[in-house]
Amino acid sequence: MIPTGDRTDVDTVQLLTPSGERLDHPDYSPRIAHLGPDALRGLYRDMVLVRRFDNEATSLQRQGELALWAQCLGQEAAQVGSGRALAPHDYAFPSYREHGVAHTRGIDPTDILRLFRGVDHGGGWDPTERGFHLYTLVIAAHTLHATGYAMGLQRDGLVGTGDPERDSAVITYFGDGATSQGDLNESLVFAAVNNAPLVLFCQNNQWAISEPTTRQSRVPLVKRGEGFGIPSVRVDGNDVLATYAVTAEALDRARSGGGPTFIEAFTYRMGAHTTSDDPTRYRSSAEEEYWRQRDPIERLRRLLVADGELPDTFVAELEAEAEARGEQLRTAVRAMQAPAAAQMFDHVYASPHAVVESERAWFTEYEASFLDAGATDGGTHR
Amino acid sequence: MPKFESFRMPDAGEGLTEAEIVAWHVAVGDPVRVNQTIVEIETAKSIVDLPSPFAGVVTALLAEVGDTVDVGTPIITIDVDPTGPTPEIAARPALELDAAPAATPDATPEAAGAGAGDGEAVLVGYGISGAAVARRPRRASAVVVHVDGTAASPSRVLAKPPVRKLARDLGVDLGAVVPTGPGGIVTREDVVAKSDQGEARALTTYPGDDQPWLASGKVSAGGRQTRVPVKSVRKRTAEAMVTSAFTAPHVTVFHTIDVTKTMKLVARLRADKEFAGVRVTPLLITAKAMLLAVHRHPDINASWDDATQEIVYKHYVNLGIAASTPRGLVVPNIKDAHRMGLKELAQSIADLTATARSGRTSPTDMSDGTITITNVGVFGIDTGTPILNPGEAAILAFGAIREQPWVHHGKVKKRWVTQLALSFDHRLVDGALGALFLSDVAAVLADPSQALVWG
Repeated sequence: MIPTGDRTDVDTVQLLTPSGERLDHPDYSPRIAHLGPDALRGLYRDMVLVRRFDNEATSLQRQGELALWAQCLGQEAAQVGSGRALAPHDYAFPSYREHGVAHTRGIDPTDILRLFRGVDHGGGWDPTERGFHLYTLVIAAHTLHATGYAMGLQRDGLVGTGDPERDSAVITYFGDGATSQGDLNESLVFAAVNNAPLVLFCQNNQWAISEPTTRQSRVPLVKRGEGFGIPSVRVDGNDVLATYAVTAEALDRARSGGGPTFIEAFTYRMGAHTTSDDPTRYRSSAEEEYWRQRDPIERLRRLLVADGELPDTFVAELEAEAEARGEQLRTAVRAMQAPAAAQMFDHVYASPHAVVESERAWFTEYEASFLDAGATDGGTHR
Repeated sequence: MPKFESFRMPDAGEGLTEAEIVAWHVAVGDPVRVNQTIVEIETAKSIVDLPSPFAGVVTALLAEVGDTVDVGTPIITIDVDPTGPTPEIAARPALELDAAPAATPDATPEAAGAGAGDGEAVLVGYGISGAAVARRPRRASAVVVHVDGTAASPSRVLAKPPVRKLARDLGVDLGAVVPTGPGGIVTREDVVAKSDQGEARALTTYPGDDQPWLASGKVSAGGRQTRVPVKSVRKRTAEAMVTSAFTAPHVTVFHTIDVTKTMKLVARLRADKEFAGVRVTPLLITAKAMLLAVHRHPDINASWDDATQEIVYKHYVNLGIAASTPRGLVVPNIKDAHRMGLKELAQSIADLTATARSGRTSPTDMSDGTITITNVGVFGIDTGTPILNPGEAAILAFGAIREQPWVHHGKVKKRWVTQLALSFDHRLVDGALGALFLSDVAAVLADPSQALVWG
């Protein structure tokens, strides 16, 4: 069966087939030429760890430890490939499913789960230090932030200087559904006319919750970027090598002052939209099977096995590491306490504010008026 | 030392208040690993598998299959350190939650919902479970109303008027009922439970009659009936059948035919190398005959859209096959069956029935059917008057095939004979169309070579 929205008349960059064979591409093969066996095993390790984390988080939600979870299952290659192409001084604006990108930016996975457990508004990391913004749940809202941030880099003189330590780029992640939003279209307009150093990375995972891509666009999504005059490319998003190559090219263009690039990573959301969703209500098992045959991790595994570069010891160690990380995650999440309710006043404004302060004082007094006040330290949040 | 942990029903969606236990995957005494699937639940949104948060040995299942359990209620107890001697298992803690009185200071830790006792955080979604709706007591209102939750005297029993009437009707002494409602109120369930305890046994005639006949049921007060709540597939089947039977005027036409040539074809295909590994059955040939008949009479592959006052003719055939499964009747359909060759169709029927039997049929697999076959013959039944699958205009019942005396070429011979029954929606299918359609299906089964003429 033909996947939703797949069109044979659109070029899709692929460097690794589902069966694990390498393909040559005149423009993109040189971009991955430097990736030796160690680097490939590294990408494999990234994807395996991300999947393990993702599955553990899903289990934690099913055990009542998380209020919600948005799986990235199936999108590991798109996220790890693009994330590994970033330089440390580049900056990424994720939506809420970019756990793979978070991994490549060195984010502690437990910090991500603070948001999904409902004990923190953002996460536990410093976005500036990691070059990785907080998750944004509002569809496409952060693409405007990313555009503005990229325009800020231009004005700070951090683009097109020719100094690789200085030149920076911004990447923003969004899904196929976001392409229907006004915010993203405004971002495309501003990024294009301002020549912003921005990579607009669309993970077309075929489903905007229950709405297929075909009901969102009459043309392949990659053509949307072209409509704004932005160089656009479609890549096999389940091919970690091609995703890496295409993103690396786009980032180079951005850093050197060449302006924005729109990337459509053609991938598939193998899991549900979130743990509140039941995809069996709107998509067939045959479609899921079609994509299972195109699993991003499996194809890299096949390549490494064929090259004799995946020793059993490596696999065993990786498995043990993933298992240990899963256990650490469980323990850490269960130990997360609800924050003190008064903490909700902390981040209303960046600097102290008289009205907020008086509200905080009133609330603290109100809380103290209960018989059980103090008995539930920090536990009044619900 | 044994250490018991209980797992509470989580909110598997956002803001769900309850879920139904569909199947337990573990039993008391079973070892479990972390993240091993222990139970399947059905919420208002989906069916989900719940993984165990603990490793250990199952010591108690606190809810039964078919029970609807509030979010936050413990459903399983696991001994996470099963090496020591096993002490008594604590009483079902669900009662504690239900019994949390609204205005007593004793209940504060529970009512506060903060889980102060065990240091657990309260999560989004838990806030709406029974315990958390109780108000926290204020310091200002220091008047303490003490309610003894276990031994209220009859004159002081708290119960709402309908519950008092129920108790009177069932002859239950309210004073003898253990209240579980908030503030020590006797609930309807308490009265029914008390009544079930006492009277069912008193009126039992035969040994064992005080036991429910079905696992998911309860014996009525009189001890002479098992009452089972209508749920899941049974509920949906009932709704679909009522909708269909009382909106579409059904007409059924019958036809008895000699299918000896179809049986020969089935035998030949089974021996055919090209069909090796493919299950060839008379149902397959009937399905193909249906598709050919739809091709000749596309008007029957339609539905009545009451909202828009239109008849919707489908350009495709999603061929439904009614299947009896452990969970009840399901009617998955083969998408775009009209495009399939005989072999592909056979494969699809096999896949569809295997999926249905394993209970994995998804809602998508069952939606948007256009016409259906129900194979009542597998039960040895001659025929029936099938009820339409809602949204479709015709359904064919395919009866048992038996060797019978039949007039063949002027002589009485032993032939393979079956009966076909076609029900159709008389709002959009006239008698003539229904009759012609059935007669075409029959013609192909009587002589499959007719398919060459019409195919």
